[in-house]
Amino acid sequence: MYQYNDKDQTLINERVAQFRRQTERFLKGELTEDQFRTLRLMNGLYIQTHAPMLRVAIPYGLLNSKQVRKLAEIARKYDKGYCHFSTRQNVQYNWPKLEAVPDILEELASVQMHAIQTSGNCLRNTTSDHLAGVAPDELEDPRPYCEIIRQWSTFHPEFAYLPRKFKIAVSASKTDRAATQFHDIGVHLVQNDSGQIGFKILAGGGLGRTPIIGQVIKPYLEKQHLLSYLEAILRIYNLYGRRDNKYKARIKILVKETGVEKFTEMVNAEWEKIKHGMEVSLSRYESMKTHFAPHPYNAVANQDSSLDAALSKNSEFATWLKFNTTDHKIDGYRAVFASLKAPDSPPGDVTHQQLDAIANLADDYSFGEIRTTHRQNLVFADVEKSNLFTLWQKMKALKLTTPNIGTITDMICCPGLDFCSLANAGSIGIAKQINDTFDNLDYVHDLGEIKINISGCMNGCAHQSVGNIGILGVDKKGVEWYQITLGGSSENDASIGDRLGPAVAKEKVVTAVKTILDVYIQHRHQEEPFLNTVKRIGITPFREKVYANP
Amino acid sequence: MQILKDQQLTDNTWKFLPDDAELPDEPINITVSLRRWLQEQEILKKYPGKLGIRLNPTDSVESVPVSIKNVQLIEINFPVFTDGRGFSLAKILRTQFNYEGEIRAVGEFMLDQIYYLSRVGVDSFALENQENLPDAMAMFNEFSDSYQTSVN
Repeated sequence: MYQYNDKDQTLINERVAQFRRQTERFLKGELTEDQFRTLRLMNGLYIQTHAPMLRVAIPYGLLNSKQVRKLAEIARKYDKGYCHFSTRQNVQYNWPKLEAVPDILEELASVQMHAIQTSGNCLRNTTSDHLAGVAPDELEDPRPYCEIIRQWSTFHPEFAYLPRKFKIAVSASKTDRAATQFHDIGVHLVQNDSGQIGFKILAGGGLGRTPIIGQVIKPYLEKQHLLSYLEAILRIYNLYGRRDNKYKARIKILVKETGVEKFTEMVNAEWEKIKHGMEVSLSRYESMKTHFAPHPYNAVANQDSSLDAALSKNSEFATWLKFNTTDHKIDGYRAVFASLKAPDSPPGDVTHQQLDAIANLADDYSFGEIRTTHRQNLVFADVEKSNLFTLWQKMKALKLTTPNIGTITDMICCPGLDFCSLANAGSIGIAKQINDTFDNLDYVHDLGEIKINISGCMNGCAHQSVGNIGILGVDKKGVEWYQITLGGSSENDASIGDRLGPAVAKEKVVTAVKTILDVYIQHRHQEEPFLNTVKRIGITPFREKVYANP
Repeated sequence: MQILKDQQLTDNTWKFLPDDAELPDEPINITVSLRRWLQEQEILKKYPGKLGIRLNPTDSVESVPVSIKNVQLIEINFPVFTDGRGFSLAKILRTQFNYEGEIRAVGEFMLDQIYYLSRVGVDSFALENQENLPDAMAMFNEFSDSYQTSVN
């Protein structure tokens, strides 16, 4: 993975020192609340319902074991012993003390980590495919490009005070696992007719209150122009994005109100002015790629026969392997998901003991690396077949083997009313009810792939509008109600879920979900996934059943 | 009043003339809004003092004439510190208008924005609170390196 050079390290050290000074000035009354809010947000620090929340960046979701141990140590020393992985592959601490944040940032800097631009109206952490570099359907590893974007976006002097936050995602595979169509900018690695690799650029996608699917504004961008094109988009957005209403300030609204053709013209005109002199050289790409060179894989890993033996002897292991591991581009290896969706813990949460153990497992079985996914799980990306059984046993002892990846209980869930000052309703409680109700694994596995996303308010941090089943908490005169949507997807077939009908009461949510699943089971054709059935039969059969007995 | 120019304390010799104010009798150095500058070309031509322009975030780049290159001072106003349009305006003035005169940040910008402002081409700073001048001087050196090329 990318290793900091002296310049990278100097910059993050200087950032820690800067934020320490800013915190001291705020505590002395030399910075106003408003000023400090802006500055602390750009260092990942929110003030939440109960305590500050610190969001730490995990660039494109990649961590090494040393960093994971540091996250554990911070959870122990500065928090309540656990932390939470977010839908943008980042990690959040819910209970740090404001005065201690500069110290936490200093600890992070010691392992090449930071919380820079993880919040605020600026360029956020660049996200990517959690299977980058190991996915069989990948054109090329997207991470070198992500790192180049990370450096360009870090401390970009022109774009630190944008109309609103700005998120970039990069994907290089046939299956879009990075939800690129719902980002302010989506970057796809593509190959042109003459076999050269370049980028397809999408703009104007986004979730939140007004979910919009991004549109292609550049079908093919030559490789060397990546940064100048991004800069042109950002400049147009910075100058023309709306600043009169924060709910209309994202680039998706600018693209929508301007019209994609006119917007594209504006970007291209700006790009023509700046592209010369901003080229990324081939040698820079090549040297960046050396940071992400393939691991020294065992060339005879595919000759293992112990896995088949273990599979035939242990059906629980076999089930886990089916749901919680996936193909690797090297024969003899698999990528292994650590499910952070155990029935008895909030989705995405992990304890410091688990983190320490995960770091050890990464060292022993996956070249010392761990990835975070936007569905709030972790991945050991490079596990040899012969090690899968042992790894499973060790992970099982850590409660990381719930065999539910991609199933109904692999929910995305925001912190909700329990932690977040923006929330209108609880979300973790709904997730718990779903877990309690759907506790029969055979039933869950029979349902197959279903993505449930639960957000506690319109801001939609859990991406409910692209959940196959989306659940959105709303406040009605102080009572928590939930709107249900069906048919959303953030993958290749990107779509925004349709509203099922009026919001349902908290105690009726699980019954409604159960009814929806009954309708699916009744209508599905053989192995047809839930999403396909919804798209085929439409929302009406579901609506009729759910609202049949009020 | 003192300002910071090229990272040094300097006496300010300019005054902003609000749109509803008449031109002064004395030939002092004044800045006027872009609107006034565009609308009162003929009158302003006869003004014996030096003329500069004050840009606001709402001034569109397209309405800025190429002749802006010739003024000695362009002020970029920050009515609120969160409005980052001024950062792009400064960068465009330097890199696309090839403006070489003074670009001065005025208004409600924060001390903590001085470093980034200086990197997009702002080379002087008028602080509302003169007591902050010493602290402001230290802001130019917050970082010793950067990932992007600088205008300055």
